[in-house]
Amino acid sequence: MKFVDNVKPDVTTDIVYMMCPMHLLKLEEQMKELEAGQILEIMTDYDGAFEDIPAWCSKTGNEFLGVQESPDFFKFYIKKGTR
Amino acid sequence: MKKYYFDHVATNPLHPVVLESMMPFFREEFGNPLSVYEYGMNAKNAIESARGQVAALIHAKPAEIIFTASGAEANNFALRGIALARQNEGKHVLVSRMEHHSVLNAARFLEKSGFTVTYLPVDKQGFVDPDTVKKMITKETTLISVTHASSEVGTIEPIREIVKVAKEHNIMVHTDAVATTGNIPVDVMDLGIDLLSMAAHQFYGPKGAAALYVKQGTRIVPLIYGGIQESGRRAGTENVPAIVGMGKAAEMAAAELQARIDYLMPLRDRLIDTMANVERVYLTGDRHKRLPGHASFCVEYIEGEAMLLLLAAKGILSASGSACSSKALKASPVLLSMGIPSGLAQGSIVFSLGMDNTPEDIGYLMTEFPAVIKRLREISPYAQGWGDKEEGGSCTAKK
Repeated sequence: MKFVDNVKPDVTTDIVYMMCPMHLLKLEEQMKELEAGQILEIMTDYDGAFEDIPAWCSKTGNEFLGVQESPDFFKFYIKKGTR
Repeated sequence: MKKYYFDHVATNPLHPVVLESMMPFFREEFGNPLSVYEYGMNAKNAIESARGQVAALIHAKPAEIIFTASGAEANNFALRGIALARQNEGKHVLVSRMEHHSVLNAARFLEKSGFTVTYLPVDKQGFVDPDTVKKMITKETTLISVTHASSEVGTIEPIREIVKVAKEHNIMVHTDAVATTGNIPVDVMDLGIDLLSMAAHQFYGPKGAAALYVKQGTRIVPLIYGGIQESGRRAGTENVPAIVGMGKAAEMAAAELQARIDYLMPLRDRLIDTMANVERVYLTGDRHKRLPGHASFCVEYIEGEAMLLLLAAKGILSASGSACSSKALKASPVLLSMGIPSGLAQGSIVFSLGMDNTPEDIGYLMTEFPAVIKRLREISPYAQGWGDKEEGGSCTAKK
């Protein structure tokens, strides 16, 4: 897993305590709104996202930038691809 | 025998127009809202439409409405969900003594789970004093829960003022607005509230549909785990017909709110004014800042249960204290918290009026209720005074 610091997101979505698979549904919904090259930050406490979000990115042509840990949740960073 | 229903805080009759709106979702539109085909999409669209109607009633955004199965569930969800979500910031919760059991027992659960709960006192009218709230706040306080109006005494609490105090300390405020939503103006923006519970059957909607308003951006731990219904915050296949009915009832309440208040308030006031002339009958709750159709009394020297039975024999259906207290034959904790002596609190009775009550119905009640009091006092061993006691200390009637 790639851990990152100081990524500047264009859009943030807080889904802490929302149940699986909201991390994938919100991800898909939010990415539709972004322009290519923009960065989405997803805040979630769901640890299954460590597997799911990178997999979703490779399947959909978006770039998984990495994750940052906070005390109670994780911040995932995804850059919108061109396709 | 004709029935006179004066127990609208227990539940309302379902409005025929609301029932009509629900019927297709019992029959041809039976789909699961998560299904991707037409049946599912129709059900999903109906729920989202209802969400908009409910949101409009309280001036919220549709995404801020989470449907639940009952007001009690909404209250449990709010208390547990916020206390747990914010437990790293503090583990202290403030709850008023006027609350419904679904708030009080949820608070007790939190106490058993390592939280500290402080119970806010109320004055003789049942008001929570915002200055007292201020004094009871600690650095650990994360949540305050105060009912918008108690269904037992009808007093409308100063929520806006309590919110002001709370916001100075970054504390969230929940209000149980089950008794008020759809009955008086409830505006979450105006109140500044973070969480608010409501139930459809309190405004002529069906049982089985209720909601928790959760201000946008608020993190809340789920009460029921499962799938992605309600944006992953409340799992379980939705009760589509009931939610549709709640939406319709909310739309009607929003449109008719002032007319309903204008109809009910004079009827309530007639009843209160009439009862003021009956000896040793005391209005409970505030005279003016109370629910429009709500008249509650404590009647000295007789028990609430006895009044209920004799009134029921005349077709008059009412309640004594909360539904739970009434069943358990115990003095209402809400009345005791207002400083009403337990003997007097046993003589509690609540008449809650609704749009199905006519002025003639109130006239009948105003004739029969004093007669029932008179009849019961004639046979009450206490009616001739509490003062005389035999040796051994038990109360007896004067010889």
